[in-house]
Amino acid sequence: MTSLNEEVFPDQASNVPVRKVTIRINGENRSANVEPRLLLAHLIRQGFNLTGTHTGCDTSNCGACTVLFDGQPIKSCAMLAVQADGHDVMTVEGLATASELHPIQEGFKDEHGLQCGFCTPGMMLTAKALLDENPDPTEDEIRWALSGNLCRCTGYQNIVKSVMWAARKINNQAAN
Amino acid sequence: MSLDEIKIGGMGASRRRVEDNRFIRGKGNYVDDIVLPGMLHMEILRSPLAHARIKSIDTSKAWAIPGVRLVMTGEMMASRNLAWMPTLSYDTQAVLATDKVRFQGQEVACVIADDAYIAKDACEAIVVDYEPLPVVVNPIQAMAPGAPLIRDDKENQHDNVVFDWEVGDKDGTEKAFAQADVVSKLELHYPRSHPSPLETCGSIADFDRATSKLTVYMTTQAPHIIRAAVAMVAELPEHMIRIVSPDLGGGFGNKVPVYPGYVASILASILLERPVKWIEDKTGNLISTGFGRDVYLRGEMALRKDGKILGVRMHTDSDHGAFFSDAQPSKFKIGLMHSAFACYDIPAAHLTARGLYTNKAPGGVAYRCSFRVTEAMFFQERMVQAAADDLGMDQAEFRRLNFVRDEDFPHRTAFGFLTDSGQYAKCLDVGLEAIGYKDFLKQKEEAKKRGRLLGIGISTMTEPLGAGNSREYDILGIKMFDSAELRVHMSGKAILRTGAKSQGQGHETTWAQIVAHELGIPADDITVEEGDTDTAPFGMGTYASRSTPVAGAAVAMVSRKIRAKARKLAAHLLEVSEEDVEWELGRFYVRSSPDRGVTIQDCANAAYSNMPDGLEPGLENTAYYDPPNLTWPFACYIATVEVDPETGVWDVLNVVAVDDCGVRINPMIVEGQIMGGLTEAYAMASMQFITFDAEGNCVGSNYMDYLLPTAWETPGFELHEVVTPCPHHPIGAKGIGECATVGGPAAFVNAVMDALKGTGVRNIDMPLLPDRVYEAFTTRRDISGMPPVKTED
Ligand code: FES
Ligand code: FES
Repeated sequence: MTSLNEEVFPDQASNVPVRKVTIRINGENRSANVEPRLLLAHLIRQGFNLTGTHTGCDTSNCGACTVLFDGQPIKSCAMLAVQADGHDVMTVEGLATASELHPIQEGFKDEHGLQCGFCTPGMMLTAKALLDENPDPTEDEIRWALSGNLCRCTGYQNIVKSVMWAARKINNQAAN
Repeated sequence: MSLDEIKIGGMGASRRRVEDNRFIRGKGNYVDDIVLPGMLHMEILRSPLAHARIKSIDTSKAWAIPGVRLVMTGEMMASRNLAWMPTLSYDTQAVLATDKVRFQGQEVACVIADDAYIAKDACEAIVVDYEPLPVVVNPIQAMAPGAPLIRDDKENQHDNVVFDWEVGDKDGTEKAFAQADVVSKLELHYPRSHPSPLETCGSIADFDRATSKLTVYMTTQAPHIIRAAVAMVAELPEHMIRIVSPDLGGGFGNKVPVYPGYVASILASILLERPVKWIEDKTGNLISTGFGRDVYLRGEMALRKDGKILGVRMHTDSDHGAFFSDAQPSKFKIGLMHSAFACYDIPAAHLTARGLYTNKAPGGVAYRCSFRVTEAMFFQERMVQAAADDLGMDQAEFRRLNFVRDEDFPHRTAFGFLTDSGQYAKCLDVGLEAIGYKDFLKQKEEAKKRGRLLGIGISTMTEPLGAGNSREYDILGIKMFDSAELRVHMSGKAILRTGAKSQGQGHETTWAQIVAHELGIPADDITVEEGDTDTAPFGMGTYASRSTPVAGAAVAMVSRKIRAKARKLAAHLLEVSEEDVEWELGRFYVRSSPDRGVTIQDCANAAYSNMPDGLEPGLENTAYYDPPNLTWPFACYIATVEVDPETGVWDVLNVVAVDDCGVRINPMIVEGQIMGGLTEAYAMASMQFITFDAEGNCVGSNYMDYLLPTAWETPGFELHEVVTPCPHHPIGAKGIGECATVGGPAAFVNAVMDALKGTGVRNIDMPLLPDRVYEAFTTRRDISGMPPVKTED
């Protein structure tokens, strides 16, 4: 039994052991019984129904699946769900609060940093990790930090501007 | 007083995008995000060989895996008459292979299981016995005497030729060449490239036995065409088919064709009476779905000593893979290839074109372009540069001398197109000024003395965007118009639906701006919906930069129909005759006393609550728009580069883009389209490379081998604009989405070739990988990408 469908398909014979994992995801502890080979990206999408995390390749190249793992950007398609047991994960759904967007989200909208939106969640989370560490990055630093995330639509220039917009806003908020 | 159009988000406003509200929260709704109750998962087993006879398929081990619900093979499809399907260009394509496989990655079997992991396991458990056949990987091999016949399934097909076609004035062109002082020649290969949207293809077919209705959620840029195709293939009546195209993670032409996976998921759902989801993996997408380009072009230009172009001759051999499945709406077998040289005033031109089958995935989709326009414009601009060099003329001056002049519109091109507007020389001037042309030429000379190689490349072009008109363009017999339906509610808020389908272009934002411009309803009061064939009016979808030229025009026209009815309501409310009512944005008023007026919202309210006798209630309408002509945007792209002679690495110094796409609805979005297009242009010129080895193995089947530029490699862009409104479009707009991808590559390649000028190197085929540039520079000879791989023996 691969994933999480026990209730749906109870008739399925299986000799693969499942393991229980508990992940703190967007501030909330959630558990699931998973087959050891299940990818973290699939647990997030199908198990926890957080479909903002996308998968855009089979080779850990595109970065559409990027989440923050204990605050660091990782490609969730390159990690098994069982490896995340006991860790803290933030997905795009965790960026905004109920009432307010994160400045990075505002920046992407204001600077037209997205078109089809498929790369956007991964881009924003990578950008968040950058700004958490380096609140005032140069254009080159932003381009380098984002170089593990592919975008086919925008040509990156507006993504860079979006991150700069967010950095300005965060720094202004901190100054006030 | 009239409304401030920018404030209400009308035309010209860089309105922030409505769709972003869900995308930035991770709340987009892409096909893989949709989960239906009881849904099963499908995976495809693909052929590892490029050409082989199928001797047997043993599926017993797959069936034995717990959780497997169905295993489908070609034989099973054939028993339902579904083994083959028609393509959009009147060819046929195998859904699941029966007799033989014809390209690596071809669909051989499908497994439907409780989840995708099980389905993948089961695919691996299927045993196929193949008998390998000799492989054809390029047109040269395809034409060789005794070449293996790829399409032996087709009656009357005795060779690998798909078509042989010509256009233009052969005799006139011969005469032009007889008068030439100089004849310039060029031969090149535009390599195969994959559009590769970040999201792959996928579908969820949901057949409901109780109602006999089939709903398919799928990644398609053209839902209504798909509905017509499904009706044909599955033999279901149209009203029992609903195609829904949800949010698309990019398209670029890759999501126009009908793919076997869609058809297989539909049959599986009908057989199992459960929803069946198929999500292609990236390798499947890269090796089996619509490629672009792969054309061998050669040609020559007849020139007078003073620089005037007298005539052009071109020949193309295009590689269509195993099935001719381009969306091919024009009457012409090679699409709009003969739009080449449209911006130049050339008396005579002649083009011959041959299409060939090879053992490669079906190719020739319009990858961010209008049906072979990219190859046409690339050849044009490379040829123009070569001719200027041969004449010893400045490349900018040579273009200016041969441009169609502003006062010469409408202008009939040598191949018969009618271009209607443009300011070509002005665009070039803006570009030259922005890049600092004269200074750069001096810098280049200085640098050369110190052994540094600088180069500047120009690409100028006009291209035909926005097919139809219906007289000349159709897909499967359906004419290429488009549509919009507008319903204004009692409160004056509205919902608009069109037959187009955004894949990132931002229609939800821009269509509302057109309505705001026409009716004065604030854009924020208008919802835009697309992609559901049960609710959207019939349209041909979004590709070939046709949305603004065609669907966008329909949006303006339906708004005008609404305004005409609102005028009657206004007259009634104001108690004057209709002739006495004047319009200003958002408001009707009495001509003789302008402060007596009613708003469009008042009229909307009256349409439901206070209509005059004899006037039908309600305020909604539909418009179908059949464009009188294509739109002809113009672009000038200029790139400067430095080539490192030690390594062949070239760095982009500056890129300037001057686009004239007529009136811009949303300048921010237009600029986004241009930057995205320039990036793909840079990608094709520098790294994007899918080739095949002698056995037909696809080299470039994942993102480790098929290189897409990241933020780090991608250069910055400087954008400028010139505005020449389209004379026949209701709001003066022209297409823009693909211009930079079409015109851009030649700017980069011309720049590198300019840096190598004087070395005797005339051409390096794309992508200009450092090793190719290095080899060209050190050996002083052309580097050809054709044939991609020689058979070793
Ligand atoms: S899905 Fe592409 S890197 Fe994870
Ligand atoms: S916005 Fe489409 S891939 Fe980045």
